[in-house]
Amino acid sequence: MAERIYDKTGRLLFTREMKREYTILFPMMAPIHFNILGSVLNHFGYHAELLTGTGPEIAQTGLKYVHNDTCYPAILTIGQMVNALQSGRYDLNRVALMITQTGGGCRASNYIFLLRKALKKAGLEQVPVISLNLSGMEKNPGFRVTIPMIIRFAAALVYGDALMLLHNQTKPYEAVPGSSQALVDRWSERLINRLNQGKDCFLKDIQQVLSEMVADFDQVEVHMVPKVKVGIVGEIYVKYAALGNNNLEAFLESQDCEVNVPGMLAFILFKVDNRLEDIKLYGGSGVKYGIISLLMNYLVKVEGTLIDAVKKAPRFVPPSSYAHIKSLVKGVIGYGDKMGEGWLLTAEMLELTESGYGNIVCTQPFGCLPNHICGKGMIRRIKEIDDRANIVAIDYDAGATRVNQENRIKLMLSIARESLPPQLDWTEQPPEGSARAKGKTSRALPSSSRQGD
Amino acid sequence: MRIGLDIGSTTVKCVVLDEQDRIVFSAYERHYSQITEKTGELLAHVRKQVLSGSTARLAISGSAGIGIAESCGIPFVQEVYATRAAANRLLPGSDVIIELGGEDAKILFLTGGTEVRMNGTCAGGTGAFIDQMATLLNVTPDEMNQLASDYEKIYTIASRCGVFAKSDIQPLLNQGARKNDIAASIFTAVVNQTVAGLAQGRPIEGRVVYLGGPLTFLSQLRASFDKILKTQGVCPENSLYYVALGAAFCCDEETDLDAALEKIRTYSASGSFAFNAPLFRDQGEYDAFLRRHQSCTVPKGSIGDEPVYLGVDAGSTTVKVAVMDSQGALLDSRYLPNSGNPVPIVRQYMEELYQTHPDVRIAASAVTGYGEDIIKAAFDLDYGVVETVAHFTAARHFMPDVEFVIDIGGQDIKCFKIHKGAIDNIFLNEACSSGCGSFLQTFANALGYEIGDFSRLGLFARQPVNLGSRCTVFMNSSVKQAQKDGATIEDISAGLSISVVKNALYKVIRASSPGELGSRIVVQGGTFLNDAVLRAFEQEIGVQVVRPDISGLMGAYGAALYAQSQGRKQSGIITAQRLRAFTHEIKVASCGLCPNNCRLTVNTFDGGRKFIGGNRCERPITKKAADDSRNLYAYKLSLLQEYTRSEGPRGSVGIPMGLNMYELLPFWHTFFTRLGFGVQTSPLSDRKLYLRGQQTIPSDTVCFPAKLMHGHVQSLLDQGLRIIFYPCMTYNFNEGLGDNHYNCPVVAYYPEVIGANMKDAQSITFIKDYVGIHRPKDFPGKMHQVLSRYFDGLTLKEVQSAAKAAYQEYGAYMAKIRARGNEIIDGARREGRPIIVLAGRPYHIDPEINHGIDQLIASFGAAIVSEDVISVRVKKFRTHVLNQWTYHSRLYAAARYIREQRDMNLVQLVSFGCGVDAITTDEVRDILEAAGKIYTQIKIDEISNLGAVKIRLRSLFAAVEAAEKDNPPKEAANG
Repeated sequence: MAERIYDKTGRLLFTREMKREYTILFPMMAPIHFNILGSVLNHFGYHAELLTGTGPEIAQTGLKYVHNDTCYPAILTIGQMVNALQSGRYDLNRVALMITQTGGGCRASNYIFLLRKALKKAGLEQVPVISLNLSGMEKNPGFRVTIPMIIRFAAALVYGDALMLLHNQTKPYEAVPGSSQALVDRWSERLINRLNQGKDCFLKDIQQVLSEMVADFDQVEVHMVPKVKVGIVGEIYVKYAALGNNNLEAFLESQDCEVNVPGMLAFILFKVDNRLEDIKLYGGSGVKYGIISLLMNYLVKVEGTLIDAVKKAPRFVPPSSYAHIKSLVKGVIGYGDKMGEGWLLTAEMLELTESGYGNIVCTQPFGCLPNHICGKGMIRRIKEIDDRANIVAIDYDAGATRVNQENRIKLMLSIARESLPPQLDWTEQPPEGSARAKGKTSRALPSSSRQGD
Repeated sequence: MRIGLDIGSTTVKCVVLDEQDRIVFSAYERHYSQITEKTGELLAHVRKQVLSGSTARLAISGSAGIGIAESCGIPFVQEVYATRAAANRLLPGSDVIIELGGEDAKILFLTGGTEVRMNGTCAGGTGAFIDQMATLLNVTPDEMNQLASDYEKIYTIASRCGVFAKSDIQPLLNQGARKNDIAASIFTAVVNQTVAGLAQGRPIEGRVVYLGGPLTFLSQLRASFDKILKTQGVCPENSLYYVALGAAFCCDEETDLDAALEKIRTYSASGSFAFNAPLFRDQGEYDAFLRRHQSCTVPKGSIGDEPVYLGVDAGSTTVKVAVMDSQGALLDSRYLPNSGNPVPIVRQYMEELYQTHPDVRIAASAVTGYGEDIIKAAFDLDYGVVETVAHFTAARHFMPDVEFVIDIGGQDIKCFKIHKGAIDNIFLNEACSSGCGSFLQTFANALGYEIGDFSRLGLFARQPVNLGSRCTVFMNSSVKQAQKDGATIEDISAGLSISVVKNALYKVIRASSPGELGSRIVVQGGTFLNDAVLRAFEQEIGVQVVRPDISGLMGAYGAALYAQSQGRKQSGIITAQRLRAFTHEIKVASCGLCPNNCRLTVNTFDGGRKFIGGNRCERPITKKAADDSRNLYAYKLSLLQEYTRSEGPRGSVGIPMGLNMYELLPFWHTFFTRLGFGVQTSPLSDRKLYLRGQQTIPSDTVCFPAKLMHGHVQSLLDQGLRIIFYPCMTYNFNEGLGDNHYNCPVVAYYPEVIGANMKDAQSITFIKDYVGIHRPKDFPGKMHQVLSRYFDGLTLKEVQSAAKAAYQEYGAYMAKIRARGNEIIDGARREGRPIIVLAGRPYHIDPEINHGIDQLIASFGAAIVSEDVISVRVKKFRTHVLNQWTYHSRLYAAARYIREQRDMNLVQLVSFGCGVDAITTDEVRDILEAAGKIYTQIKIDEISNLGAVKIRLRSLFAAVEAAEKDNPPKEAANG
């Protein structure tokens, strides 16, 4: 059995032996993405397992081991991990945990420490914790983020974004209930297999895969009826995780909405771009700037493949490019605002409004510090810029009740429905949003034959 | 016919309209959470008495109506939306609607871009809040309205949520403030909360309409809105029914009422709420439990010739009295509600005592609790004792080796660990989760029960609702949700008892395992008289605890024991004769001796004896200025005043004095002065300044220091400044203590919020660019670029030289502070004074933020330094958290340093809503406790009551003293 080795600060290391023997558990955030991401780790010889528990006991466990005033995502992710360890399903001497660490100025970069504190409190100190980050924090002999791994992560993310987008734009209109979910499942399985084998991860492959994927979803039989189009933005965890946002997407679906959740790749681009902006704003090494630019450029290319692929099927609204999103907040909020979701959150709200998803739920954990600024703090400005924005800010935490949250969302939806056309007449009336959308392809018309099918 | 049903959090409203939209029927009834039953009843009535046919257009609205509407397939209209629909039809020409409901507050802007706002999850209910406050004043809401019509003074009452306001009001009551003034202050607080929480930057102007129960029934509440909004709002006919009317207007579907009624009748909720294990499975289990707890009793006796000891506990909601003999036998006791003023109650008791026992020999007397000072002054009791010490004294009497005492009273939770016979660690509930005992009570009343009956209901509940461990305001809506999901009243009662316990354990004590509390535990306080709460506590921690039979009297009994231990023979307490001449008058006055301008309540007793309450310092009593010579907070504040207004040819730059500017003023002042600008700062914060900016605060849950920034910028604008400099700063100076040197997100980026939400700032030169003072080499060049965007003719050279001077000035400023801090420390050591490291952030020296806590500490004779004085004495070390914020690194370093210093203790100031402090507080505590040091945390907000702070500090000093006694310093032992 693997020996436990500590570094000089007393941190339990994840060793090479552990890599062979241990199962690495990581918490759920976005189901489509994370399922695929796990396969990248497995390709590199790790035994990664995504935690999927959702019961109320997760929040309870979190509240027990994490400071209750800490943000809700910390309580949930740590609760999910400790709960899994305490479930008896794992050999506690052969299991490790993995969590991301951004190193930003938001308190979220402290999750890993809160996790270790929680493990100590729960008497689970023997479980090593791996930090997944790109900043070289907390090195482990048995775990290394390499360039091939980053390339594969990028591929997994873009696949996740694509599946999420296509699913969200198909499901509300599908003629046969469940058909788009079935496609998601089939594609996820295929991608997991391919990525497990280390395949389908370079730009050329991605282009090929995405165009097949888009074509597949384009074939789903749909009835285009008018639906309220709702965008979801916010703190990254509560934005994506159903556990964190009380099944927000399912709720919106039950209210007969089409949902648009901006992708994860933009967030990664934002985080990488922050390092460039830092150097621009405050000065710094040109060499560092050059290296980061390489990564940035690569990711922009990856993003481009997705946009191009989606554009091929006129039925779908393609995501805006990172450069375009960024241009929207010029003069609204500074590019130096980088903690949490920073200016990207403001930008996404503007972008959603521009592309016809101006009805927006802005989600954040109760007391989320960055969102005081870039979320709630900017709503007024956004409305001044584009009066189609109809934004409701919702706080999530263990004590907030669903009734209250849903009631507020319903208010937003009631206002949204006022401007909903009674009938969707694609041939005469351009969809809301496209008139003002500059610099991007407006939504084209679906062929009427498909509607009639 | 159209029917609109508005099912709110506390009431059901119903209107029936005929074909001409005339109201033919209306009803307004409390539903006591029996939502389905009441709705069914009302509809059945309408069906039978009002309608002609069996179908009508029916729609449901209201926060509690969603569930029933969905399950029964009746159209639902969101209530704010319904209000808007009604207003558009009935009140064309209105600009703003303000609607207060049982638990919701809403503002609708109808003109100039329609917007609707509802209170967020944090802001408590307004109607429910007013009810709670009325209960606290022991009057009905109507009586409160009457009281408010005749007020003289308005007190500052925190307007964030009910629990906060409560802890502001309680001390006012205890100090004898007039109920008229408090009532009016409560209404003002409601208005401020609504305006601050909901206006979010939009001015409330034009024709204002008031709707909803509280605004319909309470004329003084409307008057308060009128006064603050400087408007004359109208409360239209049918103001209670706008939601119901809106629902009626919005519905187009014909509903078969008989079918709907049938659905409501059979509406069985999903029953899928989360629940805990039952408290007791059966009567047998309960009996065994009762037998076990009946064994811990105190001997009883009666008053005779022997000397007796009198203890009084003037608590927040009750007054307790205990009389005991020298063996500790309880001779007489009382447990009385204090109805807001403890003086007459104690007086009445004393009269009774002297009447029934004219020869009683009182050897010594002591008082504890919130009303300690006033009772001691009024009746000349011998000793005042801090609550924690009183409770510990009593607990030790029952269990000499007690390890942990937990007391849940009406308003507060007090717990402490005992280590080597002394109070080692104190946990008091922060203002945000207090009110546990009285919450149970208020809830019971709201549901139409007496507290005793209500909690008994829960004993055998099969599925106690899991309500979590959160502040009471959240519980309100959790309960609503549970009811919707089909929880019974029994389940809710048990669930509330369990959540009180969880709150104490996980929120106040922050325990994660029973081992942390030890196995020798005494529980006390009125709330533990409640068997359900006691049982829940034992279940949760898995230990059998001791509940003395005088659980509710422990404070008074402990005070009596304390009085006895002081070795007095004859008490100086008021005699029977003097008691007959006892008088008590209350006057309200403004202190006026310093800018705090505290509202004082001057109590005059017979013979001209006086007691002054409401003061934050000793000045109104001693008439002397506070002695600031040992107070570094005062020094820092005075040092900043030296950077006064300067003139310059390039124009005046305004600097708002808040957040990081409290430390960076010397830097920027010098920088701009050198560049040839004049500099003008905003004045010191005060309440008025805050209120001036509150309409533009977009997020009601951001910390108070950030909210104050709006007032500072507004005051600069009011002064006519055309340039305001308030830069964004991701990074702070790198002091080498952590892995990075960030500012927190709020400090870093708040200028963005000001820029986006304060319209007037957009019409002047508002400089909020991103600057990096952490890179002195790059700073001048980058800053030159920034400034060149706004000003012509600035050369790089000028900026370089100004920057150089600025860095120097900042260094000199910090050096001065540290030098003064070192002097204070050395002086205190020579005089043998305790040293308190009052640790927080630079902006915590703002008196409006710290509420004079530094002066309070100084009044105990302690010396005060801040964390930045001693943080430089420590080398970088490894923490168990990510140590990456400059200000927070100082906290850890300071804590680390004082581990070795026996005459130093750390008190941490934490602003409510500071997310980062959720991390720092735990870590600072861990660092201190690892070395056996006591950790004291004080949460501050708009709240201006220092009662709880006093308890904490006195307990700290008492514990330090006890530790000194047990383990005297080596020098003293040798000498």
